[in-house]
Amino acid sequence: MAEREQVRKPAPVERESETTETPAASERGEKIKADLDDLLDEIDEVLETNAEEFVKSYIQKGGQ
Amino acid sequence: MAIAKTIGIETEYGIVHRGTDEPNPITASSVVINAYLAAAGYRTDSRSDVVAWDFTDESPGADARGYAPTGSLAPEVETHLVNAVLTNGARYYVDHAHPELATPECGDALSVVRYDRAAELIAQESMAAANRLLPGEQEIILYKDNSDGKGNSYGCHENYLVDRSTPFARIIRHCTSHFITRQIYTGAGKVGAELPGQRTDEVPFQLTQRADFFEEEVGLETTLKRPIINTRDEPHADPRKYRRLHVIVGDANPSQVSTFLKVGTTALILALIEDDAFPREIEFAAPVASMRHVSHDLTLREALPLADGTTITALEVQWELFALARKWVEEKGTDLVGGPVADMVLQRWEHVLGALERDPMELADQLDWVAKYRLLDAYRERHGIDWNDARLRSMDIQYADMRPNKGLAWRIGLEQLVTDDEARRAMIEPPADTRAFFRGKCIEHFPDQVVAANWDSLVFDVGAKSLRRVPMMEPMRGTAAHMGTLFDECDSAVELLRRLGNQEPRIGDTHG
Repeated sequence: MAEREQVRKPAPVERESETTETPAASERGEKIKADLDDLLDEIDEVLETNAEEFVKSYIQKGGQ
Repeated sequence: MAIAKTIGIETEYGIVHRGTDEPNPITASSVVINAYLAAAGYRTDSRSDVVAWDFTDESPGADARGYAPTGSLAPEVETHLVNAVLTNGARYYVDHAHPELATPECGDALSVVRYDRAAELIAQESMAAANRLLPGEQEIILYKDNSDGKGNSYGCHENYLVDRSTPFARIIRHCTSHFITRQIYTGAGKVGAELPGQRTDEVPFQLTQRADFFEEEVGLETTLKRPIINTRDEPHADPRKYRRLHVIVGDANPSQVSTFLKVGTTALILALIEDDAFPREIEFAAPVASMRHVSHDLTLREALPLADGTTITALEVQWELFALARKWVEEKGTDLVGGPVADMVLQRWEHVLGALERDPMELADQLDWVAKYRLLDAYRERHGIDWNDARLRSMDIQYADMRPNKGLAWRIGLEQLVTDDEARRAMIEPPADTRAFFRGKCIEHFPDQVVAANWDSLVFDVGAKSLRRVPMMEPMRGTAAHMGTLFDECDSAVELLRRLGNQEPRIGDTHG
């Protein structure tokens, strides 16, 4: 049916397939991972010290 | 017929006042705003005060205020309820016990990102300025989120200028399917759910902050029984020509890519709706339930029931809408939807849908929910804890902490579409391509003569017997191009008004 046809995604355009496997993309992936590891290493210094108390006390008035 | 899309967003920030026995969020909100205004050099003396908001054109009930500030603080801290207009054309005020920043009217999605980032920087400077004034043991912290995890929600609303002649029923039909499914890239992520009877182990993590709070398909409410389509009809412009679609389903996004796609795709969809460019309607059988199911489904593969008995996934709906938008742009061009920025929207939209289909984790530097999920999941694995551990909910809240050194969103390496230098300029300078230019420049040049402002008017005190009100009913007039060198040539508001009166309409006259 024509209607079902429309549900399918359009044929990917070329720039999409070009960008998926480029070295730049995988470098970017590695950088994201390195950033995450760095953040996890230092995160405990940043996090609220008493998580349970902090979560309990975080109360907001309802808005729009 | 599609008209040029003027866009703005308004964000209510969460607020915490530490180190005081009786924290009052209304007072604290006034303190941060007044502290910013004073630090940024806005007039705060008793005679002129800052430029006040003009409520004469606001519809009753559209703005539920009426509470008085309570509590007492150090005498140098201003606590009166503030409602200011900034030189960048933005509005900064207290709404429902939250500080709220409304961007100026913007001409494209990238401009919205720039002014939303400017608003974040204003929020940061506001906190810093307030904390300089408060006693040492006290601190006020703002959060760019939409829920406290206990059933209280506050909004990040979008506003789009729409052709008045477009039947509202058509807007409802097509926006509903877009709002249900755009959550896959607009969500800011949340640990757990806030629905009565829903257990955290059933929804350890969901895509959006807001989906749990929608109970109706269409309605006027914004604070309870929230509807997917909000019917507030207050165009802040010529009501014969324009409608303002007030969108309340979105999350407040620290991610610039999420904000960019949220407003960029919605502006395109609205242009298609105005041109009636949809070959079919994707009518959901149960929109409210589908809204939640999309938010609760991290696989993005859940089959959602349609009214015709078939099913569809959120990704399939978004691919269909993307294809229609691309086709519309190929035929109609980009003039009405942000020029070259519309091409950027289409390109990013396609990239993000492709990545969501392959592996959403590819978007950990682009989308809020992915960035947050990846961080929390990695922390969970490293410490061998469950999703109901308070540390993960704590990190969820802290993702949106506006302090640059504490907020996890600012440390996680999210892609920036605008530089902070650009955003810093946007804290002062209005957009050049909407009426926000006229508003902002009048406040910059004539702070003593502009006694009140609204989205669609400015009120001047030029020493005559009565005040002069200048209507601005055309959002795309009063731009830098319309004003030319007028602000440089006028030494006073009197002269500005005289020259505006003598020349062809530049600001708002609809027969110009």
